[in-house]
Amino acid sequence: MVVDVTWQGARVGAQDAAERANALRKLRLADVLFHAVTRSAAIFVLLLLGGVMVALLLGALPALTTFGFDFVTTQSWNPVTEKFGALAPIYGTLVTSLIAMAVAVPFGLLIAMFLTELCPMWARRPIGIAIELLAGIPSIIYGIWGLFVLAPFLQQYVQPALIATFGEVPVLSSLFAGPPYGIGVLTAGLILAIMVLPFITSISRDVFDAVPPVLKEAAYGLGCSTWEVMRHVVLPYTRVGVIGGVMLGLGRALGETMAVTFVIGNAHKISSSLLAPGTTISATIANEFTEAVGDLYTSSLIALGLILFVITFIVLAIARYLLLRIERKAG
Amino acid sequence: MSIATAIPSAASGRPQADPAVLRDKVAIRDLEFFYGQSKALNGITLPLYENKVTAFIGPSGCGKSTLLRVLNRMYDLYPNQRAEGQVRFDGMNIVDPGVDLNLLRARIGMVFQKPTPFPMSIYENIAFGIRLYEKLGKRELDARVEQSLRRAALWDEVKDKLNASGLGLSGGQQQRLCIARTVAVRPEVILFDEPCSALDPISTAKIEELIDELKEDYTIVIVTHNMQQAARVSDFTAFMYLGELIEFGPTDRIFTSPSDRRTQDYITGRFG
Amino acid sequence: MDAAIHNARRRRNALATAAAFCATGIGLAGLAMILIVLFWEGFSGLSLAVFTEMTPPPGSAGGLLNAIVGSILMTVIAIAIGTPVGMLAGTYMAEYGRHEKLSSVVRFINDILLSAPSIVIGLFVYEVMVVPMGHFSGIAGAVALAVIVIPVVVRTTEDMLMLVPNTLREAAASIGLPRALMIRHIAYRAARSGIITGILLAIARISGETAPLLFTALNNQFYSHNLNAPMSSLPVVIFQFALSPYEDWQKLAWTGALIVTVSVLALSIVARALTATRKAS
Repeated sequence: MVVDVTWQGARVGAQDAAERANALRKLRLADVLFHAVTRSAAIFVLLLLGGVMVALLLGALPALTTFGFDFVTTQSWNPVTEKFGALAPIYGTLVTSLIAMAVAVPFGLLIAMFLTELCPMWARRPIGIAIELLAGIPSIIYGIWGLFVLAPFLQQYVQPALIATFGEVPVLSSLFAGPPYGIGVLTAGLILAIMVLPFITSISRDVFDAVPPVLKEAAYGLGCSTWEVMRHVVLPYTRVGVIGGVMLGLGRALGETMAVTFVIGNAHKISSSLLAPGTTISATIANEFTEAVGDLYTSSLIALGLILFVITFIVLAIARYLLLRIERKAG
Repeated sequence: MSIATAIPSAASGRPQADPAVLRDKVAIRDLEFFYGQSKALNGITLPLYENKVTAFIGPSGCGKSTLLRVLNRMYDLYPNQRAEGQVRFDGMNIVDPGVDLNLLRARIGMVFQKPTPFPMSIYENIAFGIRLYEKLGKRELDARVEQSLRRAALWDEVKDKLNASGLGLSGGQQQRLCIARTVAVRPEVILFDEPCSALDPISTAKIEELIDELKEDYTIVIVTHNMQQAARVSDFTAFMYLGELIEFGPTDRIFTSPSDRRTQDYITGRFG
Repeated sequence: MDAAIHNARRRRNALATAAAFCATGIGLAGLAMILIVLFWEGFSGLSLAVFTEMTPPPGSAGGLLNAIVGSILMTVIAIAIGTPVGMLAGTYMAEYGRHEKLSSVVRFINDILLSAPSIVIGLFVYEVMVVPMGHFSGIAGAVALAVIVIPVVVRTTEDMLMLVPNTLREAAASIGLPRALMIRHIAYRAARSGIITGILLAIARISGETAPLLFTALNNQFYSHNLNAPMSSLPVVIFQFALSPYEDWQKLAWTGALIVTVSVLALSIVARALTATRKAS
């Protein structure tokens, strides 16, 4: 190997050294600045959440001071007499989300099991991608579909059947009582279920995929069936992650506005029947906020928002904590 | 610990013409290093001679890479790592908190175990570092890039694709690109951290040849797992074991008649 | 081997397998149905007028031009506000503040913001912008969307920068590069396609958001690009028109829904393709 030029630039003279130090000083100033700017941005994100909290609290204050604890325990919602109670929307939010989870979780887990254990290799990626893409579809699409397709379908075929079947059974008869409106708590829950299904499926699939292959191979090696490997190896191993994913899904369902607002019926009363119209926190806000007259009315709606935020905050915090534990475990 | 050659007093200024006279470019004295609570280096005292190649050898975990990373304060990128003691370099103590790290690293360059070209063109990989410190015209800059690439024996292979991505080169070429990037900044000392461990034998031979040429201009320190490599490229060898310096001396003496039993065991392959 | 036990196990496995197949079938069919109905209804209303005419009063013909323009305008502003803030915060968490307590706190808070109910974001912006300004406005809508963009960008920026190998950071430091330059010229470049993917996903996310716009940007029946006045947007128009009793409005709602869905899907697919090429190279 021959180096065919004489190397001139190897050394730095004293004058150059001073120049270099100078050049660096400027760069370092830029560094300090950039550090400060990025740090402020990070703090800004913190303040943003703080800001959301404070703004909601301040907005909710008039309603909370007027009604006190009664706000969450009474159901009357009367703009004319300015008596507001949040029980009906809270009940509606919880019930629709419960219906959604009751339907979406088993479906999601079974689909995830199908995708990780049963599905032929060539179909896994396309189906997985399709489900992830569906998870990104805006909720308003689910809402409009629910209004125009699902609700009439339920009204015509499913709800009459439910009423007929359970009409004589105690307890269930009151759950499925009344005329088939189409829209109502059950429909909203089902729409929510369809909406969170892709979400729960793709998280569960990711969690299942993270099971070390050796564990599954060891179980299959013992002669375990697919179901037994799922039930006794994969699910126990991924329990925390699955619960975390389900909680994330629940967080979405609780806070969802558009998918629900179309089909819930917006009735401020708690009905024992799932077929009756009801309301949720987000649907109430979406439907009434711009038309709300009077400070107390507006404030009551903001107080509803605050309650929703607190509920989802708790659910999401638990979900994140559980998922964080998994990430730590994975390294 | 025995130091085979007398350490001459440190003098600053230009290198002297007489190659027989050894001057220490960097003088390490009673250096200790901590990862959190655990001590990784214990009482290291060692000279690094100007225009010579010094090899750090020893079994995995002996602290040789840690020692190398003290020399350019690379450990500063990570929390809970600290060094105590003296590392004299041109009148300053490298491990002093007040040291200008960027300037220090410009003067003490480093080549890593895995080739680490920046995600930019071959030309930019070199020019990027030069522009940091100097305002050069286009032609001067071109000349400096060419010189640096020639110095790293890479020019002929890349001169027609200077605008191609550095990531498209072979492993050996990438490593030489990194060497060119280092010399372009005009350092005085170059640290090599197992530079050939990810390379094939032919690329390894090229890098070793290059190191031999580079010592005319630079003081070189190389960490290596490969004892033949240490024997081939280095003038002085330091054998380390469990965070301590066991033996330091001219490479031929260390490899032919080591004075410590542990050095001998390691060199003859009894452990490590 | 006990034949009874063996048979019971086989039966249970067959049952579970069948259930998994059915669930997948029903789930995919249901989701496919939504898309089919959407395309069917949406396409039948699609015409040039949709893109050239304003939203009509009930009973007359019209299009969605004002809504489309409003949506694009607010999305662009939201991205212009949200991307720099999100990228800078994500940069702090992955680079300067990687080992700081602040970063883990911000990470947690950011994850909460990421999935906070979007209607609450709308209420927040109503309180801090609409009330002080005294009226609904396009800029308030854009800010509400920006609050949704920020956590998405923070998250992807941090994740992508975390993927940049430390050896590259050390290499940059080894030629004396200050951290800011390393981040801007090397880390960003290495993480570029990932960060762009994140921004595309953020656009996809906000282009269908309705709830935060309901009481920030409100709606506007006429063409307006005045950010200081109420502004129309596709999702809000869909909401209003779908719930109306007028058939032509409902038709336009379906068409709007189709436009939104197609844009969202297109953005997601481009984002996905970008990530795929990054993995391949």
